[in-house]
Amino acid sequence: MEYVISVLLSGISVGGQYALIAIGYTLVYGILRLINFAHGDVFMVAGLMGIYFTAVLPITLSIPLVILVTVALGFTIERVAYKPLRNAPRMSVMISAIGVSYLLQNSATYVTGGQPMTYPEIPFLARTVNVFGTHTKWVVILTPFLVLVLVFLLTQLIDRTKIGMAMRAVSKDFETSRLMGIKINSVISMTFIIGSALAAVGSVLFFTNYPAITPMAGAMPGLKAFVAAVFGGIGSIPGAVIGAFLIGICETIIKGLPSSWDVSVFSDAFTFALLIVILIAKPQGLFGEAATDKV
Amino acid sequence: MSASTKKNQESALHLENVTMQFGGVVSVNNLTLDVPKGQIIALIGPNGAGKTTAFNCITGVYQPTNGLIKFMGQPMVRTHPRGKDARIYKGENKDTYAGQSVLTPTPDQITQLGIARTFQNIRLWKSMTVFENVLTAKHMRAKQNVFSAILRANAQEEKRMREETMDLLVEQGLENFKDELATSLPYGLQRRLEIARALATSPRLLLLDEPAAGMNPQETFELADFVHEIREKYDLTVFLIEHHMDLVMNISDYIYVIDFGSEISQGVPEVVQSDRRVIEAYLGISEE
Amino acid sequence: MAGYICLILLIVTILENLSTFIPGVPQVLQPTSPLFTVLKKGAVYSLVAVSMNLLNGFTGLFSLGQAGFMLLGAYTYAILTVPASMKDQVYYLFGGCLLKSSLVDMFGAVFGTSGAGGAVAMVLGVLLAIILAGCVAAFFAYLIGLPVLRLKSDYLAIATLGFAEIIRAIFQWQKLGRVTNGANMIKGFPTFSSFNITDGSGGVVLRLSVFVPFLLASVCILLIVLLIHSSYGRAFKSIRDDEIASEAMGISLSKHKMLSFVISSFFAGIGGALFAMYVANAQAKAFTSTMTYEILLIVVVGGIGSISGSVIATFLYVACSEWWLRFLDSEMVLSNGFKVPLLRNGFRMVVFSVVIMVIVLFFSHGIMGEKELRLPGINGRPAGSKGAGKGKKDGAAAAKAVKEEKSSDDQED
Repeated sequence: MEYVISVLLSGISVGGQYALIAIGYTLVYGILRLINFAHGDVFMVAGLMGIYFTAVLPITLSIPLVILVTVALGFTIERVAYKPLRNAPRMSVMISAIGVSYLLQNSATYVTGGQPMTYPEIPFLARTVNVFGTHTKWVVILTPFLVLVLVFLLTQLIDRTKIGMAMRAVSKDFETSRLMGIKINSVISMTFIIGSALAAVGSVLFFTNYPAITPMAGAMPGLKAFVAAVFGGIGSIPGAVIGAFLIGICETIIKGLPSSWDVSVFSDAFTFALLIVILIAKPQGLFGEAATDKV
Repeated sequence: MSASTKKNQESALHLENVTMQFGGVVSVNNLTLDVPKGQIIALIGPNGAGKTTAFNCITGVYQPTNGLIKFMGQPMVRTHPRGKDARIYKGENKDTYAGQSVLTPTPDQITQLGIARTFQNIRLWKSMTVFENVLTAKHMRAKQNVFSAILRANAQEEKRMREETMDLLVEQGLENFKDELATSLPYGLQRRLEIARALATSPRLLLLDEPAAGMNPQETFELADFVHEIREKYDLTVFLIEHHMDLVMNISDYIYVIDFGSEISQGVPEVVQSDRRVIEAYLGISEE
Repeated sequence: MAGYICLILLIVTILENLSTFIPGVPQVLQPTSPLFTVLKKGAVYSLVAVSMNLLNGFTGLFSLGQAGFMLLGAYTYAILTVPASMKDQVYYLFGGCLLKSSLVDMFGAVFGTSGAGGAVAMVLGVLLAIILAGCVAAFFAYLIGLPVLRLKSDYLAIATLGFAEIIRAIFQWQKLGRVTNGANMIKGFPTFSSFNITDGSGGVVLRLSVFVPFLLASVCILLIVLLIHSSYGRAFKSIRDDEIASEAMGISLSKHKMLSFVISSFFAGIGGALFAMYVANAQAKAFTSTMTYEILLIVVVGGIGSISGSVIATFLYVACSEWWLRFLDSEMVLSNGFKVPLLRNGFRMVVFSVVIMVIVLFFSHGIMGEKELRLPGINGRPAGSKGAGKGKKDGAAAAKAVKEEKSSDDQED
């Protein structure tokens, strides 16, 4: 029983961290129809910055700074690598995203020397707590609530504010929105800013749990978060969040299976198998809208 | 009188109770029509009447929600509303085909049977030259497999395809442009090339989706002759959608008029031309 | 075209053997020179890049499964060719391999195991294993293609990427250890250097370790070029240009997409087998999505839809990463004691990725766009200005570049 609770708890918490990354994917895809392959690496860079900033600054200062710089990074990536390709074929933009991902990974290798770095202990988050007889870190308890609060704020932003309305309009019809005088570029920048900020928050939570950061540390969580976004129906925020929780829980369950079965190697593969099943059975995901081609 | 002669002829294409419903919207409603062999039949109607949707049902791009389409007397497409479609189905004859097997061939299978089409918004292969566009359309009928093609064991076949392509281009007056990119041609010639490409699939029935759209009066005038010519030469049946009334009246043996997905009139050009319902549909005069 | 291939094969063979006949050749021609690493890896990668271009560039199917199919090819080759005498040593963690013999041993039983008979047995065994490597990859591509090829653009990309990851996980599964050696590497099978001809005392008489990958890659690329210029190749291109029009002209999308996917994977599988021969081991963790991205970037740099572009880009890419930019990775102190800033481990890859980003952003058509290199004697066309210009540009990079150029020439139709 204790075992079940601890697996569930850590599943929910990993899921919540994936959710924060997945929102970045789903927002960008909703608007640009682009799988932002670099998003996972932005997340990794946020983790590295956490290490470097906390080395010289107090935690209370460095976390906001990490979020700020990550936002700046996301914004810059969009302006430099995606904006010039606005009218290029979709494949070019995706390749540019892969290029950015490659650049971020290689830069991280250069800066860190390729060695795994250890994420600092954030006193409050790393403190252990006893829940139903299992010991766990505060971050595990806190994550789902923080995610729900952030998602609530985000949906308010999208449903209630002017920029949110513009975002919805652009995701429905890019060209018409442009013709209607919506400032496409600021809307796109906004989605990247929101996505990066959430990824930065996600990085603090995630790396408190899994403190080793390598230059490749963003790739797998990034891909999984993307799968979560597809699972929930890409473009839909609640979809991405639910998808992320499901994937997080499934993953920890697989990792928690008896070691004699030796199936933990499939924890990543399972996510992809799930993705493929979803794509084939319900290509628009759980909450997505079907699109049709006009002849 | 013309109408009765039409009935005596063998049918090339026959639509029976064809309904196409997208969600709750009925685009084509219980359409029944007949295209006799060797004739030029037109389908006209105001914008959004469902003409292109009807074409897409015939060519397999869409699977109609309900109805039967026969080609050369054989059932080609046959469906009835199933599952969620059955619950929201608004059309008629819901159960007419319910007991029968469902036939939903893909567009390439339909082309294989001998139906070729052109597109309203020209869809040439843009990275290919004029010559390659026509040559590629010959791929379907070529006797070869992927191994013979890689190892060049199909050289004879390839040579034949190239010769036939050249003949077709000469005939369409496109031979001087053969190495140009298809999309660099003027609009009128692009439409002509689309027809040439469709002919390369050796069809028995040719579907033309607004062949005169974007053409100037001179080109439109020539098009009428051209359609007659190819019909004679290839022993074709032609079924076309067109907005250009002059062309339609000039070219067609028989006309069907649809509006909001349903047939509102049919007959030989003179009859349709003077039909009050047709004039209303086009000009939007409401009944007093 | 066959003439050009023969010429290139001759040149690489001479280059590799110069040091045997002429003592004191420059360092660059010694057997340990990075030149030969670049040539071998370049040959292997150009085959993979061309196979990816067939799919992504010519058929317009954005697939990211290439590393997965390479993995299948590499493992098939490795499992089938590890000699019986090596099996226990390689699979010691699992108490031996399920497959007791190898293809080379099988042919060895017929032709003998030493001397000329042994050589024939090895060549036949390796060849058969390579072809089977392609077939296994093609077979899995067929199975994977059935569900995923209906998906559109980026969904297809992510689904194929997912399949590659699943395949990788399966091959790392310890339960399959008696076949795949679990997460450990399989080694001990014939590699490129196994083809070097030695005399009785083990001294090398004729080096063929560059010739072999060049020969195999050229033949495969030639086959792909023949395919692209056939009626099927045109059908593939038509699908890339406009699926709906292709379907309306009677070209079956499911059949042709599958064909392109299976053929591309077949050659990726062969590429994987060659890769295993190049690195002299097969290990699942090498075939990550990063490898696919790397190949995709090569294809983009060369020009999506250009075979010669892919080959040129591969050799440039490999030469830069393995050789020309190596100096960026080591600290450098000038004679006046000035330490060049930034230079240290990892800097090469940073510079490299910046260059790639610049190409992606500002030269989105790549080196060749959709065009091919034109050479005299091929298709009866005179040497185009394109080919000449290219020669000049690369000429600056000394003899190796010229050779790269040449190696791309065999891709000419």
